[in-house]
Amino acid sequence: MTVTNSPVSAASITPSSSARPLTMAILAMGGEGGGVLADWVVAVAERNGYFAQNTSVAGVAQRTGATVYYVEMLPKSGDNPEQREPILSTMPTPGEVDIVVASELMESGRAIQRGFCTPDRTTLIASTNRVYSMPERTAMGDGRIDSQGLIDAGKNSAKRFIRADFNKLAIDNRSVISASLFGAIAAAQVIPFTREQCEDIIRGGGKGIEASLAAFDAGFNAALASERPVVELTIGSRPPEVEKSGPTAEVLSMAINNPSELVGPRLTQCAERIHSEFPEQARYMLVEGIKRCAEYQDVKYAEQYLDRVARVTQVDSTPDNKLTLEAARYTALWMTYEDTIRVAFHKTRKVRFDRVKEESRASDAEMVQVREFLHPQIEEITDTLPTPMGRWLLNSKPFQWLVFKITNKGIKIQTSSVWGFTVLYLLAKLRPLRRRSLRFGIEQKRIDNWISMLVSLAPGNGELAYQVCLCQQLIKGYGDTHANGLRNFTEIIDYIPTAEKSPDPANKIKELRGAALSDETGKALTVALGRAL
Amino acid sequence: MAERSFANEVQELRLGAGAEFRGEGILAVTKGLLQSGVAYVGGYQGAPISHLMDVLGDAHEILEELDVYFENSASEATAAAMLAASVHYPLRGAVTFKSTVGTNVASDALANLASGGVLGGALIIIGEDYGEGSSIMQERSHAFAMKSQMWLLDPRPNLTAIVDFVEKGFELSEASSTPVMLELRLRSCHLHGSFITRDNKRPPFTLKEAIENPQRDVSRVVLPPSSFTHEQEKVKDRWPAAVKFIQENELNEFVAEKDQNIGIILQGGLFNTVNRSLELLGLSDPYGNSQIPLYVLNVTYPIIDQEVLRFCEGKDAILLVEEGQPDYIEQNINTVLRRAGDTTALHGKDLLPVAGEYTPAAVTKGVTAFIQKYLPSKINSENLPAIVFDNDDPRSPFAPRVAPELVQGRPPGFCTGCPERPIFAALKLAEREVGSHIVSADIGCHLFSINAPFNIGATTMGYGLGSASGSAFNAKDSDKRTIAFMGDGGFWHNGLTSGVGNAVFNENDQLLVVVDNAYSAATGGQDVLSSRAEALNRSTNHPIERAVRGIGVKWSRTMTNTFKVAEMRDLFKEALTTKEKGPKVIVAQSECTLNRERREKPARAKKIKEGKRVVRERYGVDPETCTGDHSCIRISGCPSLTIGPNPDPMRNDPIATVLDSCVGCGLCGENAHAAALCPSFYRTEVIYNPSWWDKAKLGIRQKYIGWLQKGIEKQLVGIDAA
Repeated sequence: MTVTNSPVSAASITPSSSARPLTMAILAMGGEGGGVLADWVVAVAERNGYFAQNTSVAGVAQRTGATVYYVEMLPKSGDNPEQREPILSTMPTPGEVDIVVASELMESGRAIQRGFCTPDRTTLIASTNRVYSMPERTAMGDGRIDSQGLIDAGKNSAKRFIRADFNKLAIDNRSVISASLFGAIAAAQVIPFTREQCEDIIRGGGKGIEASLAAFDAGFNAALASERPVVELTIGSRPPEVEKSGPTAEVLSMAINNPSELVGPRLTQCAERIHSEFPEQARYMLVEGIKRCAEYQDVKYAEQYLDRVARVTQVDSTPDNKLTLEAARYTALWMTYEDTIRVAFHKTRKVRFDRVKEESRASDAEMVQVREFLHPQIEEITDTLPTPMGRWLLNSKPFQWLVFKITNKGIKIQTSSVWGFTVLYLLAKLRPLRRRSLRFGIEQKRIDNWISMLVSLAPGNGELAYQVCLCQQLIKGYGDTHANGLRNFTEIIDYIPTAEKSPDPANKIKELRGAALSDETGKALTVALGRAL
Repeated sequence: MAERSFANEVQELRLGAGAEFRGEGILAVTKGLLQSGVAYVGGYQGAPISHLMDVLGDAHEILEELDVYFENSASEATAAAMLAASVHYPLRGAVTFKSTVGTNVASDALANLASGGVLGGALIIIGEDYGEGSSIMQERSHAFAMKSQMWLLDPRPNLTAIVDFVEKGFELSEASSTPVMLELRLRSCHLHGSFITRDNKRPPFTLKEAIENPQRDVSRVVLPPSSFTHEQEKVKDRWPAAVKFIQENELNEFVAEKDQNIGIILQGGLFNTVNRSLELLGLSDPYGNSQIPLYVLNVTYPIIDQEVLRFCEGKDAILLVEEGQPDYIEQNINTVLRRAGDTTALHGKDLLPVAGEYTPAAVTKGVTAFIQKYLPSKINSENLPAIVFDNDDPRSPFAPRVAPELVQGRPPGFCTGCPERPIFAALKLAEREVGSHIVSADIGCHLFSINAPFNIGATTMGYGLGSASGSAFNAKDSDKRTIAFMGDGGFWHNGLTSGVGNAVFNENDQLLVVVDNAYSAATGGQDVLSSRAEALNRSTNHPIERAVRGIGVKWSRTMTNTFKVAEMRDLFKEALTTKEKGPKVIVAQSECTLNRERREKPARAKKIKEGKRVVRERYGVDPETCTGDHSCIRISGCPSLTIGPNPDPMRNDPIATVLDSCVGCGLCGENAHAAALCPSFYRTEVIYNPSWWDKAKLGIRQKYIGWLQKGIEKQLVGIDAA
């Protein structure tokens, strides 16, 4: 079905079948404006010669949870000369829904799962933004589900599938998603009302009329654009529609063929090393790695980084050099471990100030202040001090007391003030001291042990080395989170000799890593290690 | 102040005869009450009838003009007992609550009321919280009607029918001296529709007249020997009177009664669903012109034997569409047929699901099976609705088209900025130090703690029963105590006596946390005794701590800002370890954010417009320092604290991010401190209409910081490509 850009008058549209009500299910999260949208649809229907009914469930069941608003409408004239009130259903019948509106992508999947969205009948209007579910958000790693799978499901399950990021369109117009979705509903022309008739309903409302109309317009146009046939420029499969972050093809090819172009003059030598010593697949990651290490410490540190990864590359025989690629990633992440100096550095940069201001949506007439919530543990202070002093203070009772007194309730620093900025600026300035600090020594030793482990495993079992390499993912965060991650990592590393005796050691390590990532308390890992709880 | 205001809508209640009323089901019920000359109304809020209470509250002027008394009852038991006013006086009274839970609470009073009977019409409007969207155990209110002998109305879900049955309900009650229950289904309460109004009626006899002319009739009091007489009256006098009224007034409907040799008997509330099923089979139209005979039970108790037999006469088979279990009506009709020697086959739960909501899908499948069995010629097998096919048939709407793992459950949870979230964050942190405990939960928003990310709370036994449900765990030889939660709503409903009083009296050592958010928040933000705002016509500001001390609690603390997570955590630790005997009560007090924002957002906008200095706060996460471990989310779960793509090209895991919907409650910062999380959180303060002093500071800061920042960038020259 093609949708034209010209407005169609209500009279020229006939309902889908003679005396069958038009049905619409709106799937949204409680408090998201689904109710407002349903009310608008009912209002436009009632004002233009239709009987309309909407129902929903209210109450505590609605607080932020998934909920369905349901609308039915039937013309007053035509097939109903008596003008009698029709009998409309209070619940959608699977397989019999004309329009499904989903305020978010997973909710469109829910509509399909519940049978509301069917290929023979339904026009599916879905916002492609994600509101992540609790399991997706609380996962210790990446728990996000595959959005492309939901889009593909929409294509297979609907007669027409109108999709756009209606949430973004609403936010861009300082409005809410109900307005942009109403525009999409008007554009879809399944309910026989014109754009003007729909806009009149918004105009009759209370506040934010201009913003609502702007979002309506954006939604209307996005819906039309969504169904316009796409001219295929490339042969073969179309690229996925879900945006994947990552480098462009141009940057990737530059990293492979001429990595020097991606770095400044101080790193030219390192970049040339990447080009001559490392496999193509890892070069982009290595370029990022040297910049990261140089920014974190100095150019010498970037060279050290390449030395470490080079040790792994020499023994890497995995397909696509995936071991080198991941070693390039995780060595850099480990070498640039999160210490106070790094945090202070990033908090004081201009890009950060600009981003915070932008995010606050403050106009130039308004003023923006930033306050940090810091809770330095004694270790985080002693970590950055020269090794002997750090070690001494870490065990000093008076120092422990002092740190506790100062930081127990946390410290709030206003980075946007002269004093606050100075404190963080000076902390960041401690960078040259880092090489002599307590933690630096400890981390370098840990990194080298891990690299040596990879180097010793790789010739015999590349896959095992690869899985061990990925375990670095467990070490992240700050304070207790970091300590727990490191403990899990160490336990898995210590288990390698045992794992090597099993039929599939690589898979065992993969399993252990999964267990560590599945449960914050560490119980799942304990079980997977075969120990008593 | 309730979550939703009906101040505008209630003006429609003044409509006189012949006007068209448009609106929601609950407004229609209110209009029906006024058209019936009701003298008094009470009730207790709870979905789906919360808004009925809110409408009545907002309509106080109209009610006063008509001499109608309205109160927000302390509990459903209070509301039901209020109907005692109709025992000796010709006063029409109505009460409303959520069912079955409210009816459970009310059942003592209802049983006494039904025993002695009523003189004035007594109407109990129950919001049947059953099926999708329900928040309670799945049971039927039908049982209460049967056990106490009250008549049960289940009208068709359209506003005209609902309003008519409010009025007919009073008449039926008076004609049979019996209280009448009017069942409103979940979706009927929020059904948008229209009906033609009648004039409002002032009660012919008023409460004032009753008070000034006291009456008594000892035969109406439930005490032997009268109680035995009442039982006989119920079956000998009141039942036949009700049957007569129902028949004469044609409360039940017959459609196409003699058209076929089969028929369907259905609860009135399911009429629209059954009609839709017949429409899909081509056997009816949107105006209810069914080709299959229908007997619509707008009165589901009592069953009128004569009407059942009349409908079954000459029919081979009947399908009974009765939602929920047990199948009370099916058993009843089977008895009626058997006693009369009628051989019509009765189908019901053999073709329809035994348990669960009768959705259009469930009913259509059952109706199709029934008609295929007895009248296959009526069904066009070429044009069957998709829903009747098996799930693995590609024509079925349930044919798998989306991978199950892509659609995750999304249960309700705490709102953005909810002040109850930090209470559970603090308890989670306290338990890391003092170990896990038995936690008894209660009813209210705080029950969301049972889900991720908090996973706190093991049982919920009913409203206000959080403390009581931990009462058995009172082993004197254990050095661990138990924890119970209760909301302010549940506390005043009954928890003060059933929980706190019980714990004092039995020397229970438990820790009770009363979540005091200043409203009965889960039901829509209605005021309670301890609400901090001054309420019109209601007495508020009665502190919970004073009440618990008054009943004998020695250790009690009121925490006036639940967002102080570290203090809250320390208070939990203290309460769980103190040597003090007897119940420990923490009143965790912060206002419901939904209500606060509703009040303060417009006020803030007004101030900004007037040029006054206003500070708006929101939180943020630095993407450079967030490592994507999400431990902040695991002790919060706030909808505004979510994940987003990691801008760092080397990292795969998504980072934490704060959405624009953040209301700046402060929990992220408090958690970062209390749990020593990570330094990535920051608070942004946007100052609207800054003062001259603000501007002066800003000028100096920009110069100084800008100068230093240039230096930082200088150091980095030569690392990245220009």
